[in-house]
Amino acid sequence: MEPVVELVGAHKSYGANEALRGVDLAIEPGRLVAILGPNGAGKTTAISLMVGLRKATAGKALLFGLDPADRRARSRVGVMLQESGVPNTLKVKELLGLFASYYPRPLSLSRTLDLSDLAEKADSSVGQLSGGQKQRLYFALAVCGDPEVIFLDEPTVGMDVQYRRQFLDSIRQFAGAGKTIVLTTHYLDEADELAERIVVIGHGHLIADGTPREIKSRVAGKKLSFAAGGVTAAAFDGLPVSNLDLSKGRARMLSNAPEDVLRELFRRKIPIADLEVTGADLEEAFISITKEDSR
Amino acid sequence: MTAAIAGRPQPVVASRWRMLVQQTYTGLLSLIRIPAFSVTGVALPVMFFAFFGLPNVGKHLGGIDAGQYMLATYGAYALSSMMLFNFGIGVAQERGQKLDLLIRATPLPASIYLLAKLLVAMIFGLFALAVLFLFGAIAGHIFIPADRLIVMVARLLLGALPFVAMGFAIGYTFGPHAAPGATNLIYLPMAFSSGLLAPVQFLPDVVRQVAVYLPTYHYGQLALSSAGARAEDWTTSCLWLAGYLLVFLAIAFRQYRREEARKYG
Repeated sequence: MEPVVELVGAHKSYGANEALRGVDLAIEPGRLVAILGPNGAGKTTAISLMVGLRKATAGKALLFGLDPADRRARSRVGVMLQESGVPNTLKVKELLGLFASYYPRPLSLSRTLDLSDLAEKADSSVGQLSGGQKQRLYFALAVCGDPEVIFLDEPTVGMDVQYRRQFLDSIRQFAGAGKTIVLTTHYLDEADELAERIVVIGHGHLIADGTPREIKSRVAGKKLSFAAGGVTAAAFDGLPVSNLDLSKGRARMLSNAPEDVLRELFRRKIPIADLEVTGADLEEAFISITKEDSR
Repeated sequence: MTAAIAGRPQPVVASRWRMLVQQTYTGLLSLIRIPAFSVTGVALPVMFFAFFGLPNVGKHLGGIDAGQYMLATYGAYALSSMMLFNFGIGVAQERGQKLDLLIRATPLPASIYLLAKLLVAMIFGLFALAVLFLFGAIAGHIFIPADRLIVMVARLLLGALPFVAMGFAIGYTFGPHAAPGATNLIYLPMAFSSGLLAPVQFLPDVVRQVAVYLPTYHYGQLALSSAGARAEDWTTSCLWLAGYLLVFLAIAFRQYRREEARKYG
């Protein structure tokens, strides 16, 4: 199938700062793809290139095989951006009516309100919406033109848990209609829950690309840490751990199978005290992937 | 790339007319709902005219009734300030709130966006003029003959274009907090010294010598010549205003390009 969104050897620098260092990526129609990465990894830059808000320093971005800034391409795309503003003086339905007029075959107002869970707020002034409602308004603006592709840049940032759940449902509902969805996030669980494909970006490089299962297997799931005076690396021979660190009298490591590791350590009679097992935070996970990557 | 397009269904785009109508309609709604803009833009000229214009009705100025004379210059004041403030502060605020970011990612062509903005400002300017002339008729029994009035309004609307361009230049140069102050600081001295608020005849010589180079001066003269007062020939006013239009457009375009390179390069 022909890709709807493509980055071809995309480089982007802001002065001396290289945000993207040669990214190749093709997204097929009907897929829900999450672009994952720590802050500053280049996610927003990648989205900006794909929607034509910025131009690649080298390489190119294509939407439906066209320049992303081409009106014919933009008429088939909806965008939800971080930190973009909306005119506070308009009512929700007025703003949606305005944005719908930009597209050749927009959704009806009621359908857009349904999808974004904003029906009760149709007559409210945009300026009176809460933070979470405003995020849903941005989502509504992205889908009101019934686009084939929507780009969501960190859509759930600043949302409370309940809103976030409803919101992810909205995205899923829209995705069910055969749409292509490209979203960026720095929450692994969000990407895991939604996406069929996860693309990991770090330091401007594409460092992993696969199903959530594949990505998770590369990102060690739990962080183990315990007080271990005098324990050497040899004690962990053959165990499924990574990023082993034995400094300052503690042993720290990441593992996908923490139970197996502990069972084996007990069997080997390694002295373990003050044990902590926590979910590996994403930052560490990315560090581990990036390290693998640079090897 | 053309080969790649050929195999796909031809993408369509929305009607420009519908976009223009919607954009203008919501632009008007927005403006009406900001009283700081709409009320001051309409009320200030009327208020100033009540203070400075009404007391002079019946006297003669520049060969016509002083009431008519000042109604013409206050009309020029109303329109030029409306354009300058609407675009200067409006554009700076839109940039500050990043309204431009989201709009840019939509298929709305920049030309439609700008045209709608211009239409909104022109409609409001026309409304401000109507209120001012109505006030002059009711409170001061000042009537400008219909044929002259039509010519005056048409010339004032077209002659306001340099102030639109100047507004854009200011809006792209200053941030949302600095723009109102900067606009006042630039506009008010210009309007005063050009005789838009008090007739040039009453201003000090030095000021008058400087004033003849200002866009507001020639705009005021354009209004006066349309009202039948002694003023410079309207073609001269138009040439000056056209020159200023080019200068301000060049500045606005330069500032716009600078911002483009920074934000969307």
